[in-house]
Amino acid sequence: MSSHTHGHAEGASGHEEGLIHGDGPHGSLKDYLTGFILSVVLTAIPFWLVMGEVSWSKQTIAFVIVAFAAVQMIVHMVYFLHMTPKSEDGWTLTSLVFTLILVVITLAGSLWVMYHMDSNMMPKHQVSQPL
Amino acid sequence: MGHALTPEQAAARTVFYQADEHDHEAGGSTLLGFWIYLMSDCLIFAVLFAIYGVVGGNYAAGPAPKDLFDLSLVALNTAMLLFSSITYGFAMLSSYRNKVAATQAWLVVTGLFGAAFLAIELYEFAHMIHQGATPQRSAFLSAFFTLVGTHGLHVTFGLVWLITLLVQIGKHGLNRANARRLACLSLFWHFLDVIWIGVFTFVYLMGMLR
Repeated sequence: MSSHTHGHAEGASGHEEGLIHGDGPHGSLKDYLTGFILSVVLTAIPFWLVMGEVSWSKQTIAFVIVAFAAVQMIVHMVYFLHMTPKSEDGWTLTSLVFTLILVVITLAGSLWVMYHMDSNMMPKHQVSQPL
Repeated sequence: MGHALTPEQAAARTVFYQADEHDHEAGGSTLLGFWIYLMSDCLIFAVLFAIYGVVGGNYAAGPAPKDLFDLSLVALNTAMLLFSSITYGFAMLSSYRNKVAATQAWLVVTGLFGAAFLAIELYEFAHMIHQGATPQRSAFLSAFFTLVGTHGLHVTFGLVWLITLLVQIGKHGLNRANARRLACLSLFWHFLDVIWIGVFTFVYLMGMLR
């Protein structure tokens, strides 16, 4: 039996396999390999930027590695989690976008508020209050 | 004055809702439900990242990331998790072709990579604690151990699930229920890899830049 046999040629198991094929979105070998190679590149470059003695400023390196992380997360979403705008009638993407909004509010809000609280709580840095 | 409708009248009434419920196959909505669970898990990690972002610089005169982190170890760890992702993909591809033995073999390989990841992480934690960098030492270390530890705990439970699934597949083969469980664990496993991208970027790499 060829390894490429798809579905119904496999007798009794054919029916079962047909059902399995209906289960959610799934990727091909090409998807997984593309995702893997992209991930390796997108991981290796940030590590090299920090571990190797690269003469860029810290801000530039930080910006670049965050950009690489963002791209790699999208690569994983597309090639490993097989997200498409159409999966589950769009509900996967809708819930992801909603979650991302909450994540951004949580992260940006916490950092922003706590940074300002820190600066205002500094003993040396007296904020002049109108009396 | 109330008058009953004759059967003809009743049939002629326009129905504004789906009158007969169409069949939902068992487990048909499991994957979406599991995805929504993952999104809630994502929020847990978002909060832990936010805490790390807020107190990650408070060393309390204790060790800083530069004194503690060994990036070559983290790179090795990242490689382990990435390899386990692609081998899980191979397990999924084998399962689509109904190859039970190949699916099990790739799952075992995935489990071994996952176990290697955990072993390296535990070694790192033990090494840090041995140096006195315990979670109680500073706010930075509390946040670090909570964030990275929660991820490690997820990987641990992923391994427990993976072993359970191996037993299930061994007993019942790749039936419909097991294929669904395999797809759910696939989401979980790849999702943990996505979280790890955040961890190695924001905790380890950015920590070394501080």
